[in-house]
Amino acid sequence: MDFSFTVENQEIRRTVREFAEREIAPRVLHFDEKQEFPRAIFRSLAELGLLGILFPPEYDGAGLSYVDYVTVLEGLARVDGSIALSVAAHNSLCSNHIYKFGTEEQKERYLKPLARGEFIGAWSLTEPTAGSDASGTKTQAKREGDNWVLNGSKTFATHGSVCDVAVVFAVSDRQAGKKGISAFIIAKNTEGFRAGKKENKLGMRASETSELIMDDCRVPAEALLGQEGQGFVNALQILDGGRISIAALAVGMAQGCLHHSLSYARQREQFNRPIAQFQAVQFMLADMATRAEAARWLTYRAASLKDQDQDVGCAAAMAKLYSGEIAVQAANVAVQIHGGYGFTKDYPVEKFYRDVKLCTIGEGTSEIQRLVIARSLIGRRSAG
Amino acid sequence: MKIIVFIKQVPDTATKIVLAPDGKSLDETNVNFVINPYDEFALEEALQIKDRDPLTQVTVISLGVERAQNALRSALAMGADGAVLLKDEALLGSDAGATARVLVAALKDVSFDLLLFGKQGVGLDQGQVDIRVAEALGLPHAGVVVKLEIDGGRAVAEREIEGAHEIMNFALPAVVTAQKGLNEPRYASLKGIMAAKKKPIEIRDCAALGLRADQVGESGSLTRIKKLSLPPARKEGHKIEGDPASQAKELIRLLREEAKAL
Ligand SMILES: Cc1cc2nc3c(=O)[nH]c(=O)nc-3n(C[C@H](O)[C@H](O)[C@H](O)COP(=O)(O)OP(=O)(O)OC[C@H]3O[C@@H](n4cnc5c(N)ncnc54)[C@H](O)[C@@H]3O)c2cc1C
Repeated sequence: MDFSFTVENQEIRRTVREFAEREIAPRVLHFDEKQEFPRAIFRSLAELGLLGILFPPEYDGAGLSYVDYVTVLEGLARVDGSIALSVAAHNSLCSNHIYKFGTEEQKERYLKPLARGEFIGAWSLTEPTAGSDASGTKTQAKREGDNWVLNGSKTFATHGSVCDVAVVFAVSDRQAGKKGISAFIIAKNTEGFRAGKKENKLGMRASETSELIMDDCRVPAEALLGQEGQGFVNALQILDGGRISIAALAVGMAQGCLHHSLSYARQREQFNRPIAQFQAVQFMLADMATRAEAARWLTYRAASLKDQDQDVGCAAAMAKLYSGEIAVQAANVAVQIHGGYGFTKDYPVEKFYRDVKLCTIGEGTSEIQRLVIARSLIGRRSAG
Repeated sequence: MKIIVFIKQVPDTATKIVLAPDGKSLDETNVNFVINPYDEFALEEALQIKDRDPLTQVTVISLGVERAQNALRSALAMGADGAVLLKDEALLGSDAGATARVLVAALKDVSFDLLLFGKQGVGLDQGQVDIRVAEALGLPHAGVVVKLEIDGGRAVAEREIEGAHEIMNFALPAVVTAQKGLNEPRYASLKGIMAAKKKPIEIRDCAALGLRADQVGESGSLTRIKKLSLPPARKEGHKIEGDPASQAKELIRLLREEAKAL
């Protein structure tokens, strides 16, 4: 065991870091304040291949590993969590669901343009009354001849209003409980399908989040994604991988916090010396670095298990739980180290403080991760 | 068309420079090494020529230590076709003259139409190697170029000179050095990075270059670094207080008496 990365991985890390620092960093505050989805940045991300990281070249992807994928997200989140979140939702939720469970025709029609970054993807499971308990999905899908007719509404869909294609979950068989939920691919401009309210958020503001409304939305039978009734089961599998990406965002943001805190502490002087010379500040930095490192290796281990096609449920949940929690702590400490300046938009830690909170909520709250971990420790039945 | 781009690995310009205990080199801990920014413009220019004419072959050559492979790999990931690292213990300490000698040796038996360099290497900033190579090979040289057009066997280069631009028209093969503004270097794409995996980096030492140890390195150099020192720390600023009229008065007094600028 030598914890080393391939030469290509190191090159990816360098490139993403350079791109993020040169092209994203100067504009993050603008996107944040205007709550603007950065289309131009997305076009550049597409050129670099970052919108089809995981999919093989025959589907116009870069064909990289999950470890490489984590590296990309970590590098983006170190500068801006919200662009990293959008990249994650596009890659490992929407596109990956189509890649894993779609027909060849669906892959041809949707996955390829998604991987090339010509389409932006959304993946929408959460509903107003079905959050942590996604099995409580209420959106209906009724078979009518060769069509499905969808009715209901989704909430918190990343890219809800900017997406070209959305994967949406709906109850196709009310009697069958969790086994009665199916996934559908809906393209933009389908009649009866529209975005509702755009959320005005605390953080991750460059990543657009909206309601999706299906009002007698009629889609052909070929819109069914995966087997009928398997939508929920498939969604859980997709989320296992998705959670690793939220862990990667958390790790990246924790590193960003550490980076800015270090440089600030070295340069800010009080009582005639840099505050980095006060042991209280040193201990904050040491703890922040240690936790970030621990989170990082939990995350890379989960990614590496996934690359080996092993079950990652528990490892991904641990990575997400721990990374999310320590990243929130890191941002808190980073603002503390910056004092009053950290409370202003003149320093990047203010934004980290707001953005990072998503990591303990999205793709399963910290509590839900603990449930997943406990169930795998105790056994599902005994855990209750 | 065959283009050779010479690239040097240098400390990132954002690096906080710390001197090594020997007093004549850098402490490399925590230093992030990158492709010399001007060389990136040179490489991008070569890649743009290749974009327009896919038959173009772009080779990057670097004289450096082991870690310079990273710079070469980045160049391959951006789209260069081949890379050569000139690496030998004996090459350490080569000055501009010795470096040019090594590069000329590396070009022996190699066919090319264009040699591209950055206008200077940040760090030492001597800007000599390219001119020395051109001189040794008897080739036309266009330096500090902000626009380059290739047409058949000739090139037209626009170069920055004091207060004006000069247009040069010359025959290939030739040496051209890149200035900021020539182009906007691309980022390597994920596909480019993966494709670079299959492109080998050729490593050549003095023996392979047909050079004797006394022709290169410190013994083959006319100049030697005796000592490096950091610029003196800047004195603390001085804030002038009071109403605008007395501030202006005080400023003029300081400019005259302290700064002796008036
Ligand atoms: C910026 C953003 C982007 C998002 N993007 C997407 C997306 O693209 N697609 C999508 O489908 N969803 C998305 N979501 C939704 C997200 O996944 C949900 O918000 C999350 O799963 C939590 O659901 P909820 O908000 O309904 O909270 P609730 O489930 O109502 O939870 C409220 C609280 O109760 C706790 N709780 C609930 N159940 C239990 C339990 N059994 N035991 C202990 N505690 C419990 C929770 O941990 C939490 O603290 C996004 C959310 C945000 C904020």
